[in-house]
Order: sequence, then C-alpha cells, then structure tokens
Amino acid sequence: MSVKELRARTFDWFDERLGLREGRDLLDHKVVPVHAGTTWYYFGGITLFLLAVQLGTGILLLLYYRPSVAEAFDSVRFIMTRVEFGWLIRSIHSWSANLLIFAAFVHMFSVVFTHAYRRPRELTWLTGIVLLGLMLGFGFSGYLLPWNQISYFATKVGTDVAATMPFAGPALARFLRGGEDVGAATLTRFFAFHVAVLPMLTFAFVGVHLLLVQKAGMSTPSGISPARLAQMKFFPSFFLRELMVWYGVLAILGTLAAIFPWELGQKADPFSSAPAGIRPEWYFLAQFYTLKLIPSHVWFMEGELLGLAGFGLLAAVWVTLPFWAKGREGEGRTRLATGVGVFLVCYLFAFTILGYLK
Amino acid sequence: MQRNEPSQPVPDGAVGAEQNRRTLISWLLGGGIAASLASFFYPVARFLDPPQMAEASVNEVAAGKVQDLKPNSGKIVRFGNKPALLVRVNDTEWKAFSAVCTHLNCTVQYQEARREIWCACHNGTYDLDGRVVSGPPPKPLEELAVKLRGDEVVISRRV
Ligand code: HEM
Ligand code: FES
Repeated sequence: MSVKELRARTFDWFDERLGLREGRDLLDHKVVPVHAGTTWYYFGGITLFLLAVQLGTGILLLLYYRPSVAEAFDSVRFIMTRVEFGWLIRSIHSWSANLLIFAAFVHMFSVVFTHAYRRPRELTWLTGIVLLGLMLGFGFSGYLLPWNQISYFATKVGTDVAATMPFAGPALARFLRGGEDVGAATLTRFFAFHVAVLPMLTFAFVGVHLLLVQKAGMSTPSGISPARLAQMKFFPSFFLRELMVWYGVLAILGTLAAIFPWELGQKADPFSSAPAGIRPEWYFLAQFYTLKLIPSHVWFMEGELLGLAGFGLLAAVWVTLPFWAKGREGEGRTRLATGVGVFLVCYLFAFTILGYLK
Repeated sequence: MQRNEPSQPVPDGAVGAEQNRRTLISWLLGGGIAASLASFFYPVARFLDPPQMAEASVNEVAAGKVQDLKPNSGKIVRFGNKPALLVRVNDTEWKAFSAVCTHLNCTVQYQEARREIWCACHNGTYDLDGRVVSGPPPKPLEELAVKLRGDEVVISRRV
C-alpha cells in the first residue's frame, strides 16, 4: 500500500466516524472579502492568538504561584529570580495581557468603523462586548495576584468605585472583596476568578462568538457592492497570512517581554500609606483620570456617583449600538455610530495619556 | 388525546375538569422544580456572601514612644484592623486620624514639607484638623484622640 493510499484510507476511516468531509467542505467554501479594510479582519485573530498565549503562560505560572497573602509576593519573586525563564514567562503573560486588550479594542473599533455590527451580526457584537468585559475582568483580577503595593491600592480603589454604585454597589464590593476590606479573602477570590471562573466563561463566549462569525460570514463595509467584491479563500490564503501576522505579534511580544521585563514592585503592606504614583493598568486610566478630575460634589451629587452615572450611560449607548445605529433602511444612523466611535476613541486616547502624565 | 377529537364529544364540564387538573399538575410540577432550583441556588448564593467578621473593636492602642517620632512627622499605626495616622505636629502637639481616605479608601500619609495630609491615590489633601483642603474626598478624616502616658503615645476613639 502506498503512502498516498494509506493516507486516503486513514482519512476515510476517520471521516466515516467523525464526518471530516463536511468540515473540509466548510473550510473550502469559507471566503474572506478583499478590500481596503481587509487588514482589520486580522485583529480578531490576533486577539484569539494572544488569548492562547495567556492560557499557555498562565498554566505555567500556576505551577509555582501560591495564592496567599503570606506567599504570593514571594512566590512571584521566586518565579522571577529562581525558576529558569520564569522572568520570561511572567513577563510574557503580563505583556500579552496588555496587547490582548489593546488588540480587542482595535478589533472592536474596526467593527464599528466598518459597520460590521449591522443585522444579522447583533449577537456577534453582544458576545464581543461580553468578551471585552471578561478580558477587563482578567486584567483587574490578575493585577492583584502578585500582591504588591501598587496592585493592592489599585484594587482598594477599584472595588471601592464598585461600592459607590447605587443599590447593588455595597453588596457587589463585598462579593468581590470577600469581606469589608481588600485582604486575604480578596486575594483568594481574585485567584479563583482569574484561573477558573473567567477562563470558563471566556471559552464559552469565544466559542459562541466564533460560531456566529462563521455563520454570518465576514461582513463587507457598506460602500462596496457585493457583486464586484474580490474575495480570497480563507484556507489556505487568509489562514496563512493570519499565521504570519501571529508570528509578527509573537516577535513583538517576545521583544517587549525580554527588553522590558515586567516589574514586581514592593510587597503590599496594608498598614502603610498609599505610595505616590499609584495608578491602575492603562486600560482603566481614562476612567481613573476622569474620577480624579471630578470634584467631590457636583450640584447635589457626590462626584463619584456622577462619574459612574456618566460611564454607565456611555456603556449603555455602546452596548446597544447595533440596535440604534440603523435607520429604516438599515443604513440610516450608521454615521451617528461612527461619530460616537470617533468620540470614544478620542476620549479614551486623550484621557489615557493625561492619566499617565498627571 | 380523545378530547381533541370532534367525533367523540365530551361533556363541557368534563373538559373543564380535565383542563383544571392539567393546569394544576403543571403548576405543581413547575412549582416543585422552581422550589428545588431555589433550594440549590440559595445555599450557593449564601456561600458567596462572605461571613461577617467581628470587627476587632478597639478603643485604644499604644502607638509607640514619644521619642520615636520627630516633630513635624507622621506614621501609620494599626488601630484595630484599620490603619491610623499619628502626626507629631511639634514638640508638644499630637494629632491622630483614621488613615482611611474618605474618597475611595486609600491610606493617607503626612507630608512634612507642606504640613498637610495627602492621599496619593487621587491627590486628595486634608489639613491638620482632618478637613478636606483639595481633591475629591467628600468628607473630613475621622479624628482620633491622642494622650501621652509617660513616654507612651496612646491613640483612642474620641468620645
Ligand atoms: C477575547 C476577545 C475576542 C476574540 C478572541 C475575538 C475573536 C474574533 C475573531 C477570530 C473574529 C473573526 C475575524 C475578524 O473579524 O477579525 C471575530 C469577529 C467579530 N468580532 Fe470578535 N473577538 C473578541 C472580541 C470582540 C469584541 C470586544 C467585539 C465587539 C464588541 C467583537 C465583535 C466582533 C464582530 C462584530 C465580528 C464580526 C466581524 C465581521 O464579520 O466582519 N469581538 N472576533
Ligand atoms: S482615595 Fe484618597 S483621594 Fe481618592
């Protein structure tokens, strides 16, 4: 029996049991539109790739990390100083988390500016929003795990912001902290969220998100008539390009992680003053800086509450975007959506920078 | 099944009784399922709610020796399970506050150069009476009482 025959027979054997042919046909027919904005199609994939990096490095870190107030900081220091390549693994996990959130933001805004959220992709949008929320949750919970000064106080502030929300706020803060204050119980909870709860939810939502993308096919920006649209096959043409993009991302990631190893700082001490220069991760900086600007009382409201109300409103507008950004023709208010998108990008950009400088 | 077939008319009352019985049974079934679900999730919800820790209610702590803190300086001391800020304003004057910022709970510190209490988190400042000078904190710091017992500094809740 020749090799070719053997391959064919193996394929047939599995095909009979798994229906491989259907999958192959599906892959054969999947196409990606080619136009000026095709580049943006890569960002969902980049996000996915970085998620895989997080999974891999996260599991490695789990082999040495110890989730307790007494040991967390020292175990991370142990990883950084004693475990071979520990510094690299930790540094990659931290850098990749940041690039992932950045890529997810780019992906989201590209969806807005190419109007890919339109019917029938509303659910794709919503699952994407949930994923972004989950990613921010990963970032927030992971930040605390090394149990250093900066992350300790950032978590105090972050959970206290939650506590100022009307009605459910105090209960939510208690739930997050596992008590009245950030402490040992908070670390235990955040660890559970970070390595068990969030990953499970994420995999479920990524699954649905990708399924929906597959079902609807790639959207094309509104200006292009479907009849004259150029296309490329997903496999192998787009897939191989995406693979090259991943290589590029990996190169950037490795370079960043090696040249700028992630810092560890000082062990958290609940009985010390908050250190100067305390700030959250960059993706919360815009909100952080906004809160810093709002005076303690505005009119009859506490400043905090006003800020939260503002964020809440903005978030609600954003989440429901596919539902209001359509006119009778299904095209109508997309301009407005673009406007809101531009506003949001400018706000986030400016305030993140200001948050850094001030 | 039968009652749906027009060829076999059933007296009105019987249909009603049958319907009622079915409705009742589905209510019982639905109610039973709902109750059992509630009995599954109630313990889970309660489990998630962290137990109330008895707040170590201290009224008084020894915060160190007089000579350990120079004039115009401050330090953080434990006051129960919360931090307190002890400030030696000058040779003879002492002040103490809860060190928990009234804005978002960061721990404040004494700034010698400006003779102010400062919170690094959002740049809130308080004066030496605990009143807000600038920044986002909405309320003054809770002031504590300081007594000297020999060369020992003692902080207590104000009464
Ligand atoms: C963990 C985060 C995420 C992963 C892993 C992910 C993954 C992907 C992938 C692989 C695609 C197909 C390729 C592409 O269009 O780029 C895609 C498409 C899409 N994603 Fe995401 N995504 C994530 C977050 C988001 C977010 C935050 C949003 C928006 C709120 C979003 C909305 C969409 C939409 C509407 C599409 C369809 C685009 C089209 O058909 O042209 N996704 N996603
Ligand atoms: S927590 Fe002190 S100023 Fe915000």
